[in-house]
Amino acid sequence: MSWLHKDLLCVSQFSADDVETVMRTADSFQEINARPVKKVPTLRGKSVVLFFAEPSTRTKTSFDIAGKRLSADTFSLAKSSSSLVKGESLKDTALTLEAMNPDAIVIRHASSGAADFLARRLKCSIINAGDGWHAHPTQALLDLFTLRRIWGDVAGKTLLILGDIAHSRVARSNVILLGMLGANVRLCAPKTLLPARPESWPVTIEPNLDAAIEGADAVMCLRLQLERQQAGLLPNLREYSNRFCLTAARLAKAKANAPVLHPGPINRGVEIASEVADSPESRILDQVSAGVHVRMALLHLYLTRRDTPAAG
Amino acid sequence: MAAPELIIRGARPAGSDARTVDLYVAGGRVLSMENHDPGRTHDARVVEAGGLVLLPGLTDCHVHLREPGQEWKEDIASGLAAAAHGGFANVMCMANTKPANDDASVTSLMLDRARDSWPNGPRLFPVGALTVKLAGEALASLSELKDAGCPAVSNDGRPVSNTELFRRAVEYASDLGLIVIDHCEDPFLAPGTGINEGLISSALGLRGQPSVAEAIQVARDCLLAAYLQAPIHLAHISCRQSVEIIARAKEQGAPVTAETCPHYLLLTEEAATGYNTQAKVSPPLRTSDDVAALRQALRTGVIDIISTDHAPHAAHEKETPFDEAPNGISGLDSALALSLRLVAEGALSEADLVRALTKGAEIFGLPVNRFTSGDPADITLLDPNLPWTLTEQEMRSKSKNTPFLNTKLTGRCVGLFVAGKKIV
Repeated sequence: MSWLHKDLLCVSQFSADDVETVMRTADSFQEINARPVKKVPTLRGKSVVLFFAEPSTRTKTSFDIAGKRLSADTFSLAKSSSSLVKGESLKDTALTLEAMNPDAIVIRHASSGAADFLARRLKCSIINAGDGWHAHPTQALLDLFTLRRIWGDVAGKTLLILGDIAHSRVARSNVILLGMLGANVRLCAPKTLLPARPESWPVTIEPNLDAAIEGADAVMCLRLQLERQQAGLLPNLREYSNRFCLTAARLAKAKANAPVLHPGPINRGVEIASEVADSPESRILDQVSAGVHVRMALLHLYLTRRDTPAAG
Repeated sequence: MAAPELIIRGARPAGSDARTVDLYVAGGRVLSMENHDPGRTHDARVVEAGGLVLLPGLTDCHVHLREPGQEWKEDIASGLAAAAHGGFANVMCMANTKPANDDASVTSLMLDRARDSWPNGPRLFPVGALTVKLAGEALASLSELKDAGCPAVSNDGRPVSNTELFRRAVEYASDLGLIVIDHCEDPFLAPGTGINEGLISSALGLRGQPSVAEAIQVARDCLLAAYLQAPIHLAHISCRQSVEIIARAKEQGAPVTAETCPHYLLLTEEAATGYNTQAKVSPPLRTSDDVAALRQALRTGVIDIISTDHAPHAAHEKETPFDEAPNGISGLDSALALSLRLVAEGALSEADLVRALTKGAEIFGLPVNRFTSGDPADITLLDPNLPWTLTEQEMRSKSKNTPFLNTKLTGRCVGLFVAGKKIV
């Protein structure tokens, strides 16, 4: 098997076969993470820069652990400690990093298209760890991994994505990935938190949560950024929570034992009630574990890829 | 009859049939456009223009030449070079320089730079700032700006959100014979994001600006112009809703005029795909429906003219993530050839093209050549079939920021005369 992608920018670049490859590879790494000695030499001598120009705990740690368990050397660069705060352009930061000859750069950036920007200019692999509102492909893949652990297959299942869709790279990536694999995606949000022209997305939209959750096979809550209230997109958190908080009573309208996902960090009592976050239906911590498996798989695929396709 | 100093022989006037003419110029003015022998011509410069098309010198009433203050993007010398090679005899430069052109001393500096670099033209007409420092708070000294040489005033790029102040500005300016040019953009509806709110912004995860952000201000301006009976010129119109509002206002006699730009007539929001910062412009590129409406409006005269909104930015300024890049397209080098593409596509007639690229002079009271005796001999000679590619080397502007870079074009200015003097 040879992996032909140089970069991971958006799940839309993957075929269903590519996704299957990622899932199978992640399956095979899951066992390593359960060992007493959680380390294999697969990526020894490879170096990965973790360039996080936006705050992140779980994604950055997850990539760091994934790299180290495969024996890659990982180097962290945060915006606050980088020359970006001295006014260096993204282009120059990127060229500087490249000159140190890493095998991959994992980038998190507040600007949509930042990963694409690096990929067009650098020879090493670029892994998008979240760019603006645009894409968060590794999150969507770990969400898929989590759901496949429960269901085996997502085709024909109905996933409700609940909350701030407009500003969510997680929502965009999940809509694309789960849609590609035959799942039905419903969105529930006030219009002010939906993207422009949502009818162009392969989804159904229902602003009333009680109706939207009816018969859903799984529910994914999204974090509400508190600045959305200041921007006039919603009146206040109390009203938002009254309309859109996932409570146990509302969850009871979904299919029995419907799993609940959240990319974190969660706002208890805003988009998700504590009773749900702490319930057996909550798979939030499974998602975190899946993140390590999936990112190990991706680092493995990208760092051992061949540069040219095999003949034939 | 005075002895001609310049004879342009055998050119076909744009917008006419296959008939060719000989144009005679004396004292910087048109003498006659005749086919017969005018007598003594041996002292004249003779330009053999067989196969070329004769146009009045073109006018661009909306450019940003960045001097004073941002000379790394453009200066008056390089901006006028791009204008000259693009076929423009008159250009009107906007006031958002650093410092802003809110004072006669800045206007004078601009005019001095133009005279020093291009003493025979193209002519530069600075547009004065409508408000002090373009801050939208206090009126600039409009009378002094007019006396210094400004034919119009504008807060371009930083539209005035205070409607009372804007109303008073339009009234005050009209007394002085100054036309107010307005960049129509609601100050709160995603101003300056540089991409249309729609399918592409949604897929790219970018904050888009809806076309109603422009149309709302267009409606305000049309209502004010009609109420005050004072002229307002609407800059770089980009969408169907604006066109429909302007059409209705003109039917009802509101003294409004309007412009659009080649990029709004030829490109859609799809040009921003891949986070292409060269297609980031304010107002943003819209949809194919808007393109169709703008083309129709230009044919019917609802939109009066094509301007470039020439907005040069240095390469490194555009080489950033989309949301960090400045808005703007460098347009003087390519406007004529891009407009000819509209003629080739059948969207405009040649007569429409001439009107679109010259009527700005009438609107703003600049020298106008109608090829009648005594008119200023401002002449653009066009080779309509000349193929060329818009490369960085071909562009005279300092900045090469255009989504049309490396596009193959047909037709080009091969001669520009201003007041009878050969410029290129």
